[in-house]
Amino acid sequence: MTEVRKLTTPLSPETVRSLRRGDAVAVSGLMVTGRDALHKLWVKSWPSYPGLDLAGAILYHCGPVMRKERNGSWSVLAAGPTTSIREEPYEAAVLARYRFAGIVGKGGMGTKTLAALKEHGAVYLHAVGGAAQVLAEKVVRVAGVRHLDELGVPEAMWVLEVRDFPCIVTMDAHGDSLHEEVRRASREQLDEAIARKRPDAA
Amino acid sequence: MGEKPLGKKRSSEGAGRRPVATGRAATKAAPRDPFAEKALAATFTELYRRAATSMPPDVLAAIEEARDREAEGSAARETLEVLLTNSRLASVWSRPVCQDTGMPLFDVAVPAGVSLRAVERAAVKATRAATARGYLRPNSVDALTGENPGDGTGRGMPIVHVREHGRRSLVASLLLKGGGCENVGAQYALPNADLGADRDLDGVRKVVLDAVFQAQGKGCAPGILGVCLGGDRATGLAEAKRQLFRRLPDRSPEPALAKLEQELLEGANALGIGPMGFGGGTTLLGVKASRLARLPASYFVSVSYMCWATRRASVEVAPSGKAVFEQ
Repeated sequence: MTEVRKLTTPLSPETVRSLRRGDAVAVSGLMVTGRDALHKLWVKSWPSYPGLDLAGAILYHCGPVMRKERNGSWSVLAAGPTTSIREEPYEAAVLARYRFAGIVGKGGMGTKTLAALKEHGAVYLHAVGGAAQVLAEKVVRVAGVRHLDELGVPEAMWVLEVRDFPCIVTMDAHGDSLHEEVRRASREQLDEAIARKRPDAA
Repeated sequence: MGEKPLGKKRSSEGAGRRPVATGRAATKAAPRDPFAEKALAATFTELYRRAATSMPPDVLAAIEEARDREAEGSAARETLEVLLTNSRLASVWSRPVCQDTGMPLFDVAVPAGVSLRAVERAAVKATRAATARGYLRPNSVDALTGENPGDGTGRGMPIVHVREHGRRSLVASLLLKGGGCENVGAQYALPNADLGADRDLDGVRKVVLDAVFQAQGKGCAPGILGVCLGGDRATGLAEAKRQLFRRLPDRSPEPALAKLEQELLEGANALGIGPMGFGGGTTLLGVKASRLARLPASYFVSVSYMCWATRRASVEVAPSGKAVFEQ
């Protein structure tokens, strides 16, 4: 791959705009996990998080495996991305409210989020799905957790400090999406394959 | 666990090769029944550990081959390399390969006389133990209340299929299938006018390729497909999922299905979706097809999509207590 760009949160608007789809990046800094139940909770009540500045930080679509240590601290046992498209109905509003500069997930998101990325100056970063150990290793500290009691371990909002978390920019702040491109190209292949009869078919 | 034969095997290399139960029997008044609930729960917990934390060698070999085929420096190749690194780390640390440790599916064949209820209870107990040890994420959610009990169990979870067979040993297979790939599974009823798919093998080919297209990278490609022709809606999908227990080099013994498996694999990889949907020549690692009888009015094609992290393991427990694990 091309050179890996190192990014540190909070990401500035200029940095975000300089990223283009296809870029390989390594993110360091503040990342909070958020998936289905948290998104639903957010759009319902928009809680504020005093002392936690989410603007310019990274939202990670992830439901980790965590272990509570004897001293009460938490450690991350596995933390790969979950499928992002389920958050499509909520993400534009979430970006507008909390001003994340990046969303890490897998599988990409839809047109509404793509437009919101452009509007608010944010990028979608694709992590390798299923790479729970490689990615858990990039978490250097569990800084806290919110909504644990109401949402449970996978759905809670874990506040993580990460170092060199590897991703590929697949949706940028200029309206370009690698997912759209691959979808278009594979659609052409599919149409061709469907039009083609099996060689031995009557 | 440490005092039980299986507990010893956990730390010894080549676990399960020594018939330790013989030695234990000499020190006990009565030999322990390896098919009783308690012993099975310990065996199944170890089965969970293996399935959740180490990848089957055939899948790793397929990923390695795929990596070597992808272009140097491509996102596809880099991604496949990450999958291999990840699998190595998980195995070394006995930690989950993927954080979504999936819906557990047990397929258990027992000798005559073994209590089916004991097997089911053992699977539930093992789920709790494996969750407490961090091999599994607390992964069960009440569909009505949204509550997560925290122990990985719930109504219908784990899934346990248990039947009697004619052998003296007990054979248990376990598949852990995550939600991301389960969500992209599909079922078609032929004919399908949109895809021009008739009620024949060519129609099957078209709808299966459509399923792979619709999935894009969302099922954590490169995936493995289980496909079933026929059955009803429920049995078709169950049979498709059962195919995921098959090893990748395995070809259907039926020539027509073996040919279909190969064609579907090549056709899917020609779509160019690639690992994680980044583009590339590796969209699937394998296709396993089966068939069930259908009604004249129904022609279902059921597709179960398994992510690259195809976590499966099996164990054969002899009446002596000797347990041989395989992946």
